[in-house]
Amino acid sequence: MYQNREPKEFAKEIRIRVLEALKNLGFGHIGGAMSAADVLAVLYGKAMNIEPANPGWEDRDYFVMSKGHAGPALYATLALSGYFPVDELKTINTNGTRLPSHCDRNKTPGVDMSTGALGQGMSTAIGIAHGNKMLKKDSYTYLLIGDGECDEGQIWEGALYAPQHKLSNLIAFVDYNKQQLDGYTKDILDLGDLSKKFIEFGWYTIEVDGHDTDAIYGAIQLAKAQNEKPGMIILNTEKGKGCTFAEGILYNHHMTFTKEQCEEAIESLKKGDQ
Amino acid sequence: MNYKIDNSHAAEKLAMRDAYAETMTELVKENPRIVYLEADLMNSIGMVKFAEEFPDNTINCGIQEANMIGTAAGMSAVGMIPFTHTFGCFATRRALDQIFLSGAYAKTNIRMLGSDPGVTAAFNGGTHMPFEDIGLLRGIPGITIIEPTDSVMLRDMVKQTAKMEGIFYIRLSRKNAIKVFEDGSTFDIGKAVSIKKGTDVTLIASGICVDESMKAAEILQEQNVNAAVLNVFTIKPIDREAIAAAAKNTGAVVTVENHNIHNGLGSAVAEVLAETTPVPMARVGIQDEFGEVGSVDYLKERFGLTAENIAKNALEVIGRK
Repeated sequence: MYQNREPKEFAKEIRIRVLEALKNLGFGHIGGAMSAADVLAVLYGKAMNIEPANPGWEDRDYFVMSKGHAGPALYATLALSGYFPVDELKTINTNGTRLPSHCDRNKTPGVDMSTGALGQGMSTAIGIAHGNKMLKKDSYTYLLIGDGECDEGQIWEGALYAPQHKLSNLIAFVDYNKQQLDGYTKDILDLGDLSKKFIEFGWYTIEVDGHDTDAIYGAIQLAKAQNEKPGMIILNTEKGKGCTFAEGILYNHHMTFTKEQCEEAIESLKKGDQ
Repeated sequence: MNYKIDNSHAAEKLAMRDAYAETMTELVKENPRIVYLEADLMNSIGMVKFAEEFPDNTINCGIQEANMIGTAAGMSAVGMIPFTHTFGCFATRRALDQIFLSGAYAKTNIRMLGSDPGVTAAFNGGTHMPFEDIGLLRGIPGITIIEPTDSVMLRDMVKQTAKMEGIFYIRLSRKNAIKVFEDGSTFDIGKAVSIKKGTDVTLIASGICVDESMKAAEILQEQNVNAAVLNVFTIKPIDREAIAAAAKNTGAVVTVENHNIHNGLGSAVAEVLAETTPVPMARVGIQDEFGEVGSVDYLKERFGLTAENIAKNALEVIGRK
């Protein structure tokens, strides 16, 4: 069933829970978790047909976090959606946890696919979508890839495959925050006009502000309304968005931080400064 | 396991690929969730007729091995039963990370056929001649590596793995194998098959090397050496009990493989022997070299995969007892 959460508030709560979960560890993949919070809030708050009490429900919509290092953002989203207790978030990356750095479908309730080696979620999401199409199911598969991840050849293998097989039940997002681990994407491997590239590959492509939850939801509905092509929604985002000590910083992919920095960032989010 | 040995050394009437296509046709009629994924080698593996007859169960992915394995993994996550095919060199070298993560780590279910192993790549030459495919996969936890001996075993393996969960690598020559088992024989994955009993040395082989080992045993018999022949067709998980028992019974072992001696059957057997039953052993196989162009018979000579070389190694090993 579709959830009924206000995405803007949900996104703020996801960011806060990520920071609370990571503050004792003092390190983590902050940048990409923050830039992805809004799309996760739209998906799990409103757009996806899911049953958090029954994560294995066969007719559900699926989500593949191909940029698997954003696991903590997905875990906060899943916990807040009721897949497992919110309190468990504090175990992220601690010994024996069910919440590892990168997504693991055999460990975490609600995680639909294991990811972490970049590019692979593209193909597994395609397989889920294609399999469900062959089984004549109505479900949608949602996929989030990173912009740095688009350096991988496997992304472009999948980019050819999905339109060829008319996988209109696949809706993908690129978290286009313009940064990767070692710097700006334009300096390392310039992706150029991503929208144009995906249009040329045969995707129904829309570009939106990736922090505007209404725009993201609207783009999903447009992608669903056409029945021919896989959907590609390019999310123009900022890496570290909403986190006072990460936003606007060049090397914010994986960071170390203090408890105080986290608490300040949480306060700022609560006050609505961000 | 219920099998009978055919000692005629005759080539099978049906090519391995045709036996595969026939078996897949039987299976898909029983279960529409079977799906065959291919990386543009449908003609090579003889699946064109299958594709025409079952278009809804066939996906030609194009020349993209990594995406094919990932797609198969995703399909299995929603209950489909994928079989993939490409040449063994590409099946492993080009998709190793996908086999590891989207496959084994994610605990999805894929049956991967890698064709033209080792010298059977023949005229495609060194670039296409996988002497390393088993070695690449052996380090992946939980994976099952099978090298069918002939079409009778291949049929049984395809049928069995369709009903099993996990990641399977089935390494097969596309051409006509030498018949080793009588029709209708069945096997247990993970259990070695005793081809011939013996007292002086055990020849442990898989794939095309089984028949050569049987011939080697005949050569040795002429010299009053009684060699046992053990077909270890499951390289992982390996049958530790059968290998230890064979070493105990005969006191000497020769492994024979169409693969680099590093990290293939010979290495796996050596590990078992070292840990359980240390006896003199030798590894017949590719001595850490790349392949080259040539006929299968030429390449078998070139790399020592012949009955004569196996017999020579057996005598040498017996001398070290």
